[in-house]
Amino acid sequence: MAEQHSEVDRFFVREQMVEAMPPPGVRRGAGDWFRRNLFSSVPNGIMTILALLFLAWSIPPLIQWAFIDAVWEGTNREACLGPDVGACWAFVKAKFGQFIYGRYPIGERWRVDLVFLLLAAGLVPMAIPSAPYKALNALFLLVIFPVAAFILLTGGFGLRVVPTEFWGGLLVTLVVAITGIVVSFPLGILLALGRRSKMPAVRLLSIAFIELWRGVPLITVLFMSSVMLPFFLPDGVSFDKLLRALIGVAFFSSAYMAEVVRGGLQAIPKGQYEAAAAMGLGYWPMMYLIILPQALKLVIPGIVNTFIGLFKDTSLVLIIGLFDLLGIVQFNFTDSNWATPQTAATGFAFAALVFWIFCFGMSRYSMFIERRLETGHKH
Amino acid sequence: MKTKLFVAVMGAAFGVTAAASAATLDDVKSNGRLSCGVSTGLAGFSAPNDAGEWSGLDVDYCRAIAAAVFDDPEAVSYVPLTAKERFTALQSGEVDVLSRNTTWTMSRDTQLGLNFAGVNYYDGQGFMVPKELGVSSALELSGASVCVQTGTTTELNLTDYFRANSMDYNPVAFERLEDVNTAYSSGRCDVYTTDASGLYSIRLTLPSPDDHMVLPEIISKEPLGPAVRQGDDQWFSVVKWVHYALLNAEELGVTSENVEEMTSSENPDIRRLLGAEGNFGESIGLEADWAVRVIKHVGNYGELFDRNVGPDTPLGIARGLNALWTEGGIQYAPPVR
Amino acid sequence: MSVEGAAGRAAAAGGGGVAKARLLYDPRFRSWAFQIALVVAVVLFFFWIAGNAARNLQQANIASGFGFLDVRAGFVIAETPIHYTDNSTYGRAFLVGLLNTIIVAFLGIVFATVLGFVIGIARLSKNWLVARLATAYVEVMRNIPLLLQLLFWYKAVLAVLPSPRQGLELPLGVFLNNRGLFIPRPVMETGGGMLLGAIGIAALATYLLARWAKARRMRTGHSFPMLRVGLAIMLGLPFVVYVLAGAPITFDVPELQGFNFTGGKQVSPEFTALLLGLSIYTSAFIAEIVRAGILSVSRGQWEAAGALGVRYGRILRLIIIPQAMRVIIPPLTSQYLNLTKNSSLAVAIGYPDLVAVFAGTVLNQTGQAVEVILMTMAVYLTLSLLTSAFMNWFNARYALVER
Repeated sequence: MAEQHSEVDRFFVREQMVEAMPPPGVRRGAGDWFRRNLFSSVPNGIMTILALLFLAWSIPPLIQWAFIDAVWEGTNREACLGPDVGACWAFVKAKFGQFIYGRYPIGERWRVDLVFLLLAAGLVPMAIPSAPYKALNALFLLVIFPVAAFILLTGGFGLRVVPTEFWGGLLVTLVVAITGIVVSFPLGILLALGRRSKMPAVRLLSIAFIELWRGVPLITVLFMSSVMLPFFLPDGVSFDKLLRALIGVAFFSSAYMAEVVRGGLQAIPKGQYEAAAAMGLGYWPMMYLIILPQALKLVIPGIVNTFIGLFKDTSLVLIIGLFDLLGIVQFNFTDSNWATPQTAATGFAFAALVFWIFCFGMSRYSMFIERRLETGHKH
Repeated sequence: MKTKLFVAVMGAAFGVTAAASAATLDDVKSNGRLSCGVSTGLAGFSAPNDAGEWSGLDVDYCRAIAAAVFDDPEAVSYVPLTAKERFTALQSGEVDVLSRNTTWTMSRDTQLGLNFAGVNYYDGQGFMVPKELGVSSALELSGASVCVQTGTTTELNLTDYFRANSMDYNPVAFERLEDVNTAYSSGRCDVYTTDASGLYSIRLTLPSPDDHMVLPEIISKEPLGPAVRQGDDQWFSVVKWVHYALLNAEELGVTSENVEEMTSSENPDIRRLLGAEGNFGESIGLEADWAVRVIKHVGNYGELFDRNVGPDTPLGIARGLNALWTEGGIQYAPPVR
Repeated sequence: MSVEGAAGRAAAAGGGGVAKARLLYDPRFRSWAFQIALVVAVVLFFFWIAGNAARNLQQANIASGFGFLDVRAGFVIAETPIHYTDNSTYGRAFLVGLLNTIIVAFLGIVFATVLGFVIGIARLSKNWLVARLATAYVEVMRNIPLLLQLLFWYKAVLAVLPSPRQGLELPLGVFLNNRGLFIPRPVMETGGGMLLGAIGIAALATYLLARWAKARRMRTGHSFPMLRVGLAIMLGLPFVVYVLAGAPITFDVPELQGFNFTGGKQVSPEFTALLLGLSIYTSAFIAEIVRAGILSVSRGQWEAAGALGVRYGRILRLIIIPQAMRVIIPPLTSQYLNLTKNSSLAVAIGYPDLVAVFAGTVLNQTGQAVEVILMTMAVYLTLSLLTSAFMNWFNARYALVER
């Protein structure tokens, strides 16, 4: 080809000066805000209009369904039948007790309430950074509360024994999620340390454990733990179905937790290790005092995401026949007293709202903590 | 490191519930409860109410066994199982007995390591359709979408029936019965197929039962009964003879009301059944009055049937094949002798 | 450090290790002793488990081994990408399940990626409304369990579609009802081969042209309207051949016969719900990954490109995204892996994937839980390890050399 070098240059370089732009207009008032944020250019304007059209198409019917046409009162399906009926909140209202407690005996439900109350009493001051007595609070939350909750929920000591097969609804969701979180966090840290250990056997076993649990779907894990576990144990040894699901969920999420923590450990500069060693700190003091506080702080978003994932994954226990919140909501669709075209959508909307509040709350709280712990090293 | 922790956790668990014996009966006795595998909800056979109390024909078999062992029909942990989980749960020892409208077939009896203790309900597979479809025979179903539960004999019979009659169908298969029900009632499929008793039971749970009909064809033999693991003859005998005791009691006219007086009956058959004569309870590892306990707490087979699925219940099923042999049915128990 | 380290680890592992560690002060010895003890414990543990399983299985007289894979299955599967009837074997049923999993996972990955990139970029849009909408989408979709979303699509949305007889008739012979979406299926007549050939030639021509255009741009800086010309070739050539060959393709249009539509291609509600759920749920996570990736590219890159007079879309496509990809790829791969594993939730809505067909129906018909579950887990584990291996290779290839 006959093209010359100068031609290439000419393609990229302007030969005339660009005309000066007009001075910036008044940067104040609603009109300016709209112009800059919604109509800064023609494509932008088109997108704004499309977005508005989408909102106009989706929001009013949603409000119509959820509020205006919704049925709030009623004792059976008759209330929610009809051509223009929206959400059947009466169904949720009638089944609310089951959604929260499952089949927990009605006379004993105060015990569940008390557990929820104790949890809130421990968790809320713990979550507020300025609240005092953090050490006592942690002791309450990690030692006293689990014991109290266990006794209150299962019975004994004069309380009527309630086998776990009667548990259900939000209670099971929270029990599985909280136990999973509490167990998987330390286990995940140990696994992450194991994966970075200098001892080859420890490292290999940690890697095998992590990759094995991360590589299979949770429902096969749950199936294994729910019906196949007794195969692998001596005759006559068995333990509670809920407990086995708990173990499955906790191991599964500890493998994910380990990978998150490992990310944080990798980000700590070698100098920190060397400085700690030079101070004469041993392995565990070094990890506990120097490395982990920094590493965990770095990966707070990842940790909370794992918690959120675990919380959402609790819904899978319905596949092995435990009635968590979603399971019990679904189970109630089969009640012919409430069989209407709107029942399923309403039930799912309720369950979705509950899950969403918990997960969204956790993610917002993690952002708040992340900002608080920001010690400014990044700048 | 983790594995050790795992061992420790499991060790802790053994400490709580370990029972070092291979005999199911001893395990059950030492646990103080019978672990009984039931369905996730099939009215008349095994279904929980809002308070979580189970009832039904299959559930009464669990209660009868518990009554025979403990003299307490409530000493049962019900384990709801999907069709998929049921055999694994029994094989693995998760449940002691599977009383979950399960069909007795040769492959289950041999390859799956199960022993069926008897037939507590003679059933057959049928079809249910909405009346508005205008179908009057199963032979008109070519091209239909059929709702069926996976992992059942139903699924296999369905395939055979359509193949034998050169018809096609689209299976819509779910693992859980509730999902099959919802799919049928929402119109995802044209036909629902399962055991005829199940169809009557499911029809009741539909929003308007009168809009649906069960087609006349019965396409298979479905002998349903409780099953136990192979390799434990004693426990097999217990379950088998609890079943026979229920049948014999009906045949001999022993009911839950008159069982106490009957113990002093002159009839040697009754005396042997109720433990007034001979040592039959001990021979299966139970007390001499085992049958009295069963009948006192749950009644005889006829009472069970009438209470759960009989003509006076919402299901309204006639005795038919399930009547005693003396009354034109095929329910027949070996004698206690 | 390592002295204390070994002691610390031993102490963590159990009381017995502590006394031994105090006696023997050689760190290397202690490290090895601990590791050997650990390995022995693990091996013993697995022996114990395997022994229990073997004894339990034998005691219960359960068939074992993989012979069942050659036995006739005897059940029908709703969706079969390869030939399968009730006379096929359990092994074939395994393949059908595996293929169904791969199909839904592949399509899910494609849709989730496209949607995720669009939403992720929209979240950073200068348009206030678009950015807020994208944020709302992400926050709603990723904070609701996938299983709930699947059930919602399946039971609350698709289940309320009308029955086939009252179904919706869309243009071009497409029908929508509660049995699924029915679309015309192309059927090859004689001469169809020519059309396939034309498509092949068009694809090859487009590829060569693209290579030439890229080389020329690299050399001279002149760009070529590749998109327009390529589209013209890809659509035009097959169309011309189609007309010349006398329309060798007809369409099998679905029609209502008896209960259902026959003919055409059916897209079942189960498949649709699963694909929708997986794509939408995963796209919310991908959007966040894309956003983080784009934000990780320093502002200077935007400003430099802007100073050169490059337009917004081109800055994004040519400068920002290629750099962001280094940050995006690793978490993106793990999302793909999650999507594949999450497709096992198909079992809840009746789509015949590997878990539903093999670890469900086959397991129950054969009763060989141990073999079936081991095979299922092995499949997912293999997929997962392959993806990990690919990810490591990709990372190594695209990592910045200077780091």
